[in-house]
Amino acid sequence: MWTIVRKDLAIELRTGEMASSMFLLALLIIIVFAFTLEPERLMAPEFLAGLSWTTLLVAGTLALNRSFVLEREAGGLTGLALVPIDRGSIYLGKAIGNFLLLLVAGFVLLPLIAILLGTRGLSPTWLLPGVIVLGVAGIAVIGTLCAAIASRTRAREVLLPILMFPLLAPLLIAATRTTAGALVGESASDLQSWLLMLGGFDIVFATAGWLSFDFLLDE
Amino acid sequence: MSESRRTWQDVILPWSTFVSMLAAIVMVFLLAPSERDQGIVQRIFYFHVNLAWMAFGGFALVAGTSIWFLRTGSRRADRLAHANAEVGMLFTTLVLVTGPIWARPIWGVWWTWDPRLTMTVVLWAIYAAYLMLRRLGGEDDTILRYAAVLGIVGSLDIPLLILAVRLWRGVHPAVMLSDDPDAGLKDPLMGWTLLVSGIALALLFTWLVSLRARLLAVDETVAAMHLEGARS
Repeated sequence: MWTIVRKDLAIELRTGEMASSMFLLALLIIIVFAFTLEPERLMAPEFLAGLSWTTLLVAGTLALNRSFVLEREAGGLTGLALVPIDRGSIYLGKAIGNFLLLLVAGFVLLPLIAILLGTRGLSPTWLLPGVIVLGVAGIAVIGTLCAAIASRTRAREVLLPILMFPLLAPLLIAATRTTAGALVGESASDLQSWLLMLGGFDIVFATAGWLSFDFLLDE
Repeated sequence: MSESRRTWQDVILPWSTFVSMLAAIVMVFLLAPSERDQGIVQRIFYFHVNLAWMAFGGFALVAGTSIWFLRTGSRRADRLAHANAEVGMLFTTLVLVTGPIWARPIWGVWWTWDPRLTMTVVLWAIYAAYLMLRRLGGEDDTILRYAAVLGIVGSLDIPLLILAVRLWRGVHPAVMLSDDPDAGLKDPLMGWTLLVSGIALALLFTWLVSLRARLLAVDETVAAMHLEGARS
């Protein structure tokens, strides 16, 4: 499992393809928001939370798409499926790789967007990084599973967001709400049910992905 | 071909659907009393609410048949999952059509981000994603397993979705949350009308699913025959 994580990260570190294209796309999305939504009205912390998650989601779709396309092009998945390890571990390895990439993107994007929008009235708490970790984990577990499913089909680039966005609806609601809360200094007890929901989402779908990968890798 | 023989389903399902639907329509339009405040528009409720229950129940059936398929590899289970998703999507669409027809005169808007509306539209999108995967999946048999996994994952998502939208709007109470369905059901005749409409729509659902599942079976047979023709 950790070998897969290391392999994916090594590819990424060597080429930097994904990180640079994700970064550029994210930047362009923010610029489009600024053009279309009048930046003066976007200074409230709620907008920072909402726009950050939207940007991360769209830019993350790129990375998730690549994560299985690369493997299929190179025949790597067949190779992986032949290795005598648990299929679930392949899923977890892939998911952790995607999670780390998205996490870095999240931690870069949030302050960047805050600066570009000129968000006012921030008093972030220690909760903020935790919330980002939980939210990004949700995108990674669902995204990895959906990317594996979509990569089997003809129209994988189109299908991935179609599969992923509706399934992520509960996570996005919770992530945006908790991020907005953490940005203005709400405490963990104020956000308790939301945090439970985020954690629950991650656990449920990590387990589902881990169990279902047995059915997904027979080439 | 056993598929082409007429079975009990061909007789019982359409006729019972027809009779119960007729009874439901008579009850909805002629027997049930008009609701005091909302008037005639409220009568759409008998179909709307039942459609919504079945739209959500339909996904449980997709998940159930998907598990059945993954465990046994039965083609019948796969066809039933597919057919349930198609009819479920149809019912969800009808919920989303009948809702605004009622909402426009009562709430003054076609759409609002009330919890129930939000979760129904996301449910619709999950159904759409599932059917899209089926359509784009190609001829290969492995896609059946992929679809089954998505069917199960989708059903895991729905309880979380319901929780999330409730909490979401619970924090910011909506202005128009006066859609309490029990408010209008003081008259027992209204309850009966709701029940009969529910039975009629459940029969319609079952009948449509059985028709679609049969058609999918015929599709598979035809495809197999083509393949054989190409070989010889």
